[in-house]
Amino acid sequence: MTLLFDGIAYGMLLFILAVGLAVTLGLMNFINLAHGAFAMAGGYITVLLMNRLGVPFLACLPIAFLGTALLGALLERTLYRPMYSRPHLDQVLFSIGLVFMAVTAVDYVVGSMQQNIHLPDWLQGRLPIEAVGIGKYRLFIVVTCALLTIALQWVLSRTRFGSRLRASVDDPRVAGGLGLDVNRIFLLTFAVGSGLAGLGGALGAEVLGLDPTFPLKFMIYFLIVVSVGGTTTITGPLLAALLLGIADVAGKYYVPKLGAFIVYTLMIAILVWRPQGLFARASAR
Amino acid sequence: MSDTPVAGASPLPPPASASASAAAASSPVARSLRGYSRWRWWELVLFAALPLSWLLLPGQALLLNEIAIVALFAISLDLILGYAGIVSLGHAAFFGFGAYTAALFAKNVMPDPIVGLAVAIAASAALGLATSVLILRGSDLTRLMVTLGVASILYELANKLDWLTGGADGLQGVVMGPLTVPFTTLKGFDFDLSGRTAYAYTLVVLAIVLFVSRRLVHSPFGTSLQALRDNRLRAASIGLSVPLRLVAVYTYAGAIAGAAGALLAQTTGFASLDVFDFHRSAEVLLVLVVGGTGYLYGGIFGAIVFKLLHDLIAAWTPQYWNFWLGLFLVVLVLVGRERFVRPWTWFRVQRKQ
Repeated sequence: MTLLFDGIAYGMLLFILAVGLAVTLGLMNFINLAHGAFAMAGGYITVLLMNRLGVPFLACLPIAFLGTALLGALLERTLYRPMYSRPHLDQVLFSIGLVFMAVTAVDYVVGSMQQNIHLPDWLQGRLPIEAVGIGKYRLFIVVTCALLTIALQWVLSRTRFGSRLRASVDDPRVAGGLGLDVNRIFLLTFAVGSGLAGLGGALGAEVLGLDPTFPLKFMIYFLIVVSVGGTTTITGPLLAALLLGIADVAGKYYVPKLGAFIVYTLMIAILVWRPQGLFARASAR
Repeated sequence: MSDTPVAGASPLPPPASASASAAAASSPVARSLRGYSRWRWWELVLFAALPLSWLLLPGQALLLNEIAIVALFAISLDLILGYAGIVSLGHAAFFGFGAYTAALFAKNVMPDPIVGLAVAIAASAALGLATSVLILRGSDLTRLMVTLGVASILYELANKLDWLTGGADGLQGVVMGPLTVPFTTLKGFDFDLSGRTAYAYTLVVLAIVLFVSRRLVHSPFGTSLQALRDNRLRAASIGLSVPLRLVAVYTYAGAIAGAAGALLAQTTGFASLDVFDFHRSAEVLLVLVVGGTGYLYGGIFGAIVFKLLHDLIAAWTPQYWNFWLGLFLVVLVLVGRERFVRPWTWFRVQRKQ
């Protein structure tokens, strides 16, 4: 039971980390392997603020979100935009290059050791609910991520911005022809997506561990979430992330010998079975 | 280097359109197709340069050996990326599989290098055949994920099966026997510290692979690969069996990448988890893109440039070499490879199309 809950917390975290990638991939058809770098940026903002300046944990989270979103917007405007129309090979090379740069830059500035976060007292320890120990911090993660997911879903399906975004997803050219500023929608979405990744990185620094190789280590996890879940809906990646989180935690607990092996095999099996993702509707493209 | 054909741009109209006009005049088409596969002068120069580098640079044999291995690896990727258009992020799977097979074979069965190489090639080809069914479906993203997943699975396997592979410490204590040239009486070339035997060995393999691959890509089979790269639907509708061709080229490329890995393991007497690492797959992509895809020799030029750059920068900042690698990648893609290798176009105003 504890295991299941940990898996859910892990999955929610992965979802928040990867949802920005899902949008980038689905919206702009852009393979961004550097998404983990934004998550790492968020994590490091939190760690540095807390450990060096003594900013409280809760205040760090919005700062991590905003900081990474700004970084994302900046990079989108300067570097990413010319890449949208390039072939996939170029995008892959470009984002791998960014990952390598981010990894070494962080290594150079902060050092290569693992960073620790000191959680505030009220988030430490476990809640004994019906003889099941539930980590308070895990509960915090689940609640935060659930709220974010609901908010995202609401924005996407109920607001004007959401409908504009969905229009641009379905057909950027027609959306542009209708007078929507597609470039600005892309910019905003990219910024929010990176911001969410940064927030996920900040939340997950305790659970996932934070060191300069973070983007490389978790790159495949984000990509699994997105490619298995499909990029056309929000619920697809959510379910995929939960599945992945539970499978990974349970796999590591019951058969530690096999480790990540199960996850990779499962992913390949699913992708061979349904190349467009588990929950994708038939794509128009 | 100035008149090297550039990525994907054959000097003649692509075969698909050439065959469309075949009914009108068959002899010019036949002539142009023959011209397409003719030996060019720079190819001959390149083939001549291979043994010359062995003779003239005896002190650099270790570095040259590494370059030749990377070149071989990149050629293998070029076959599936440049000719068949499959973007792979896990090509190190074959490289590592070949390396571990060769090292384990030498350690546990027999130390003869050529038999070991043959076994490694056969094993990697089998792996290529087995995994090729995975890349037939889906989009670029799916293929990226699947190739990456295969490499990660092998990495985990090599890591976890430590009784066989030595786990994270790598497979140590691989002793290669002396090299015996088959069908002759030449025997007893040891793999010494200077690396000259190793380099000669690698060069011979590289030359054979180049020659065979050249035949392959200029055969009707190779031409049909390019056809399905450019337009899969059209290739299928003129009667080419797309999946069979992809399986064949993927298996062949797997075998060559396995050979490159086996050569690395045999000439260094060591195999570690590093051979499966993501870095390998990314680096070989970079090497190939620097050298240019789709004309087979890109791997060689790319490997030379890459290794020299690597030595230069690593001597300067060994720890942060990856940063400059990343910067190089970003700039290369932003500027565009076509312009990057042609410095004289840098300051020319680009004409809008």
